[in-house]
Amino acid sequence: MGIADYESIVGKGIIYELGLISKKLKKKKIQCINSTKLGGGVAEILSRIIPLLNDLGIDATWDVIEADPDYFNVTKAFHNALHGKSEGITKSMFDKFLSTGKDILRSTKIYGDIVFVHDPQPIMLIENKKSANKWIWRCHVDVSKPYMEVWEFLKLFIEQYDISVFSNPSFARQLEIPQFLVTPSIDPFSEKNRELTREEIESVLEKYEIEKGKPIITQVSRFDYLKDPVGVIEAYRLVKKYVDCQLILAGNRAADDPESDTVLAEVMQEKGNDPDIHVLVIEPEKNDFDINGIQRASSVIIQKSIREGFAITVTEALWKAKPVVASAVGGIPQQIRHRHSGLLCHTVGGAALMIRELLNNPEYATRLGKNGKEHIRRNFLSTRHLRDYMLLFLYLYNPDDIIYL
Amino acid sequence: MNCWTKKAKNPFHFYTSVTLKELTGKKAKNLRELVEIVKEVPGSVIYYHTHVFLQRQHSFSPDPPNAFANWVSWTLGEYKLGEELSSIDICAFNTIRELREKIINVIENHLFESKEPLRYAPRGREFDFIKAHSFVVPTGFTAHNLKEFGMILEKVTIYSIYFHIFEARLRLEKGFNDFSFWLGTSAGAPEVAKDIAALDPYTFNVEALRRRILDIMRNWCNKGQA
Repeated sequence: MGIADYESIVGKGIIYELGLISKKLKKKKIQCINSTKLGGGVAEILSRIIPLLNDLGIDATWDVIEADPDYFNVTKAFHNALHGKSEGITKSMFDKFLSTGKDILRSTKIYGDIVFVHDPQPIMLIENKKSANKWIWRCHVDVSKPYMEVWEFLKLFIEQYDISVFSNPSFARQLEIPQFLVTPSIDPFSEKNRELTREEIESVLEKYEIEKGKPIITQVSRFDYLKDPVGVIEAYRLVKKYVDCQLILAGNRAADDPESDTVLAEVMQEKGNDPDIHVLVIEPEKNDFDINGIQRASSVIIQKSIREGFAITVTEALWKAKPVVASAVGGIPQQIRHRHSGLLCHTVGGAALMIRELLNNPEYATRLGKNGKEHIRRNFLSTRHLRDYMLLFLYLYNPDDIIYL
Repeated sequence: MNCWTKKAKNPFHFYTSVTLKELTGKKAKNLRELVEIVKEVPGSVIYYHTHVFLQRQHSFSPDPPNAFANWVSWTLGEYKLGEELSSIDICAFNTIRELREKIINVIENHLFESKEPLRYAPRGREFDFIKAHSFVVPTGFTAHNLKEFGMILEKVTIYSIYFHIFEARLRLEKGFNDFSFWLGTSAGAPEVAKDIAALDPYTFNVEALRRRILDIMRNWCNKGQA
């Protein structure tokens, strides 16, 4: 998809303004660097943002670092430590990070006027900083409660960058360099979010043997205690007393989470022999079409998480104009204004009541869904992400409060 | 030649403004922390939290653009104070400094009078202070008369209208909005300028504001031609 294709979604004016901003970056070479071109959220974002930057006439490229599997085991452990897990961090891991980091320094050519480094894996590249170029460190990880030994170690590198970027205000930490907020986004043309025909949606329902015509309540999330799938079943049962409906719990096992099998077992036990509860173990990243179909077929989407990062599944649901009931945690209140663009809940009983309200008042549900979609259109699509990135690049050369371009 | 096509003394150049958000790392857990941080942060932070909702909102809700009020009401449960903060008439202030003083006064008066113990935000729902960096860009659209002005006003983004109505008046400390200034001093439409200046822009969403301004212009021209 080219930038012009987004006009039909966000309007001509927004695309025109992106063009105006991009003109100020025509002479800059942007070099993005991360650790993989395939899989994961960072690669997904870069794979759609880089072509759009290019389409706007900006010279942006994307390089990946090369390292052995042991290095990535260390960076995976660091990733978990940034999420707060302290187990398994050893001195040898720091040694490995530093020694391989030196190899990465030697093997990665730096040529950008602006070097845009994503996540901790390539962070040591900052040692190659020259006075002529500008460096940005983009953190995609929730660092609100990190294991401090790892954070302090990485901070030595982070503070050599010109600026840093985080996804949520709560991730901000005390740093010597400026920290910016760039929230996540979804691509309206991706397989997970594109419009589907009625036939396509029905094909998904048939595939998973879900009844057509009976209201569907859905939660899409991995099987994790923090997503409270058992609480969702309890809420469904409270709804079912008054409204005949079905529940879909669609999620994946999360290979790096040993708890997910236990959670799934508990979910299956709680489900019992209720034929209207559909527990679908699918890999959302590999089954984008199915997730899209399930979300679009749903009457109400629920996200009854106990903790959340940004909750991109809520963004996806809102974009599909679905009425959403979601816990007021993490990035969810940024996306939902209670009773305007969705409903915020705090308890199982509250969630059940709100779902009943929505199922019994379809016009109200439609209005919330419409408002939710509009909110996402304005604030959480790729075009807004693209604009924020261009502003970051421009800020490097104009570090003022009011910048006249 | 009618009022629509009469050439203005000076053309009106439309600009737009987009915001980059800087995280200050400062967080408040309760009212006392909130007011202390409000006192010390740069004006760009106060500006952000009293205006960002205007850029984010759209057709469905003309919410008061005051993040302090929202947090105080919906996170701390201090609804009376929240209402007092949201009802601060931002139009009555010509500088961010004055607006900041007012916010401080309202919160400190509440703290002084309140006999309740201090309420704390739940973990993870602290007030995060954010600073606005505004990038002002010429759109390339220029109006030489009211007709062109109206046609351009219909097509520019809400960010352009936001810039000329809100940012120009308060953040750039001009004391008036750009539209009224041009209409009154260059386009020969002082009545339109006055009516637009008298609008209560913080109670509109930006799309509704666009429609209202266009209505004022059309009504004036229709009246003049009748």
